[in-house]
Amino acid sequence: MKVWILHVAVLLALLVLLLVLPAYHATNLARIMVLAVFAIGYNLAFGYTGLLSLGHALFFAAGVYGAALPVTYLGFAQLPALIAGLVAGAVMAGLTGLLALRTAGVSFMIVTLMFAQAGYLSLLYFGEVTGGDEGLVLPGAAGLIPGLSADAARTTIAYGLFALALIASLLLVRGRFGRTMVAMRENEERSRMLGYNPFAVKLAALVLSGLFAGASGAAYALLFGYAGASFATIQYSILPMLWVLMGGAGTVLGPLIGTAAMFYLVDIAGSYTTATLLFVGVALVLLILFAPRGILGTIRERWLPWLP
Amino acid sequence: MTKHLIGHAPSRRSVLKGMGAGLVAASAFPGYTWAQSSAPIKLGFQLHRTGIGAAYGRWYERTAQAALKVLNDGGGINGRPVEIVFEDDATDPKRGAEVVEKLASQAGCDAIFGPLFSHVVIGSAPRAGELKIPYLVCSEGYHVASGMLNRWTLQPGITDVRAQVSSMAPWVMQNLGKKVTMVYPDYAFGYDHRDFFTEAVKAQGGEVIAQIAIPPTETSFTRYLPQIPAETEVLYHVMVGPAVLTFVKELGDFYGSGARPQIFGFIDSLEAVDTATPGLEFLEGTHFWEGHNRVKQADASEAETFYRAAVGVDDNGASVSDAKDVSTYAHMFSCWETLFIIKQGMEAAGYQGPADRQKFVEAIEAMTAFEAGNDHPQGAKMFNGKTHQVFGHQFISKVEGGKLIRVHQTAIEDGMYPDAVDYTTQSF
Repeated sequence: MKVWILHVAVLLALLVLLLVLPAYHATNLARIMVLAVFAIGYNLAFGYTGLLSLGHALFFAAGVYGAALPVTYLGFAQLPALIAGLVAGAVMAGLTGLLALRTAGVSFMIVTLMFAQAGYLSLLYFGEVTGGDEGLVLPGAAGLIPGLSADAARTTIAYGLFALALIASLLLVRGRFGRTMVAMRENEERSRMLGYNPFAVKLAALVLSGLFAGASGAAYALLFGYAGASFATIQYSILPMLWVLMGGAGTVLGPLIGTAAMFYLVDIAGSYTTATLLFVGVALVLLILFAPRGILGTIRERWLPWLP
Repeated sequence: MTKHLIGHAPSRRSVLKGMGAGLVAASAFPGYTWAQSSAPIKLGFQLHRTGIGAAYGRWYERTAQAALKVLNDGGGINGRPVEIVFEDDATDPKRGAEVVEKLASQAGCDAIFGPLFSHVVIGSAPRAGELKIPYLVCSEGYHVASGMLNRWTLQPGITDVRAQVSSMAPWVMQNLGKKVTMVYPDYAFGYDHRDFFTEAVKAQGGEVIAQIAIPPTETSFTRYLPQIPAETEVLYHVMVGPAVLTFVKELGDFYGSGARPQIFGFIDSLEAVDTATPGLEFLEGTHFWEGHNRVKQADASEAETFYRAAVGVDDNGASVSDAKDVSTYAHMFSCWETLFIIKQGMEAAGYQGPADRQKFVEAIEAMTAFEAGNDHPQGAKMFNGKTHQVFGHQFISKVEGGKLIRVHQTAIEDGMYPDAVDYTTQSF
């Protein structure tokens, strides 16, 4: 019960924040919520199932272009495009998983990284269609919801998507399949002995993870009106990992906290220095030294053992 | 940029009070603040301070600072002092859009200018359009005039690559040769060169006999050089980033001391790089496009001398305080000129505050020509209000004794092409 109260309270708090924050921070929050969906997806694979992927940029970019290409070339409306993007993320994750999940550990990292690089270079190679490094301009958020301004529509959709993703991930990890995912992370051999098929479970987890990443990418492209190959670069594989590590791997709210913390760390540090990545690096080193389980992971360990 | 950190105000207020404050901030404040017109005009500068554009960003910032000093010493805009808020976009389109947001909504800037890299411009312009803030880019990309962007995005400070390329083709055909092989990076920036130069060459009765696209991950070019056909008369190259040093060196090894075709390149390859760097000897006697002559020419105008001194650039195009710190001279004038166009536009529009942003854009759209002078040290220009794009003179220089000496100046009309868009028919 208190788990549900906490998560509903977080969603309500976000809603209040969206209403009271000044315009700049409200839009930032919309960005953070969309990117947090990406982090939630990454967390399903990494935090719960133990799949350390360096290829999630591919799934995010599949979402970006899965939505952007139909809008640009097939005249899709934006909501069907969002669904196309999310499906593209899941399909891409499924295809990658079929091959990459034959490996594990470091090899899995390398294979997923290679897939993501191949995806990035393909986007450049088919530049005539994808816009390559320059990218494509999309209609943006205006008119997404009739009667609402671009900002209001964007915020509403970002909030709705995040709320859905958060509740879905909560249900998932507290359910039977969530425990199976954790079993894979904790002891794959033992779960195999108990009759589970690790390949199938991990593939399903990766597809779910790709679905979240795709939804996030599609929403980011549609809400902010831009799709470009830069969303497929290696940094979009590293970022969700950092967000999850900072917030707490294997916690439901960790991805949101990590994404927000990292976003403002860069934003604020950028006002003082060009070495913003140094701030990020120092924060991560401190985290590893003093709170290796991330912000929420540490809180769970020390004070609130019931946190999901 | 440090005034409003996260959450301070709301956390101390009750939610209701906060809501009230939010409403007030959103609706009422701008009107009151900006009605008093002695307050400084605040301009945002979207700066490539880090990331792949950092060498450009360093000089764009210096140029903008120098122009700002000249502007304020001359009385500012409408008698109001001007401030520039610089914000790093890491040369990244996602961060670029966030920076536009930050400059517009948080710093309360009246207009934003300064980005160079195309992907940053294309990633940021939609947000600038939504926020209805004038966004003046210094990018030389064809994306403004192609109609891809929006009514709030203008490029009044630098000629776009389509015009640059087509204006030079006639001279290249007449003086260097008619059979051209192009070597260019295999992404959008390279495609603009490929498409528009090929078209211009054809119009001049020449022929592009080979197009060699180099993938962006390549660090060595030896396997591409044999693809250059033997009958090539002109080798056209445009490369970006550190790869150019390797490229030139390998090209030198490839041709050895034997016969080589004429070589024509884009200075973009060598911006912020000293042409007298060891390893670049092979460039001696080759030609380059320059948007603005890096080396001070014998016939330099007074405005040119004034601009060079104000920014702190010596006669060779390097920083006066460090001869190794070579400028991005062929592009950075655009920051200077854009600032003075902002002044001209705001004064013509009687600009008081953000409520007049639309009038300001319309005032720039109404401009047609800029005279050469201290405000426009690169030279005279013609502005097309419909496509939001400016056209200026281009220069072709030859490397002589390691220095770029101008051999040709194009006419402004040489680069003009039919309008692809009329932004003035779009709504604000």
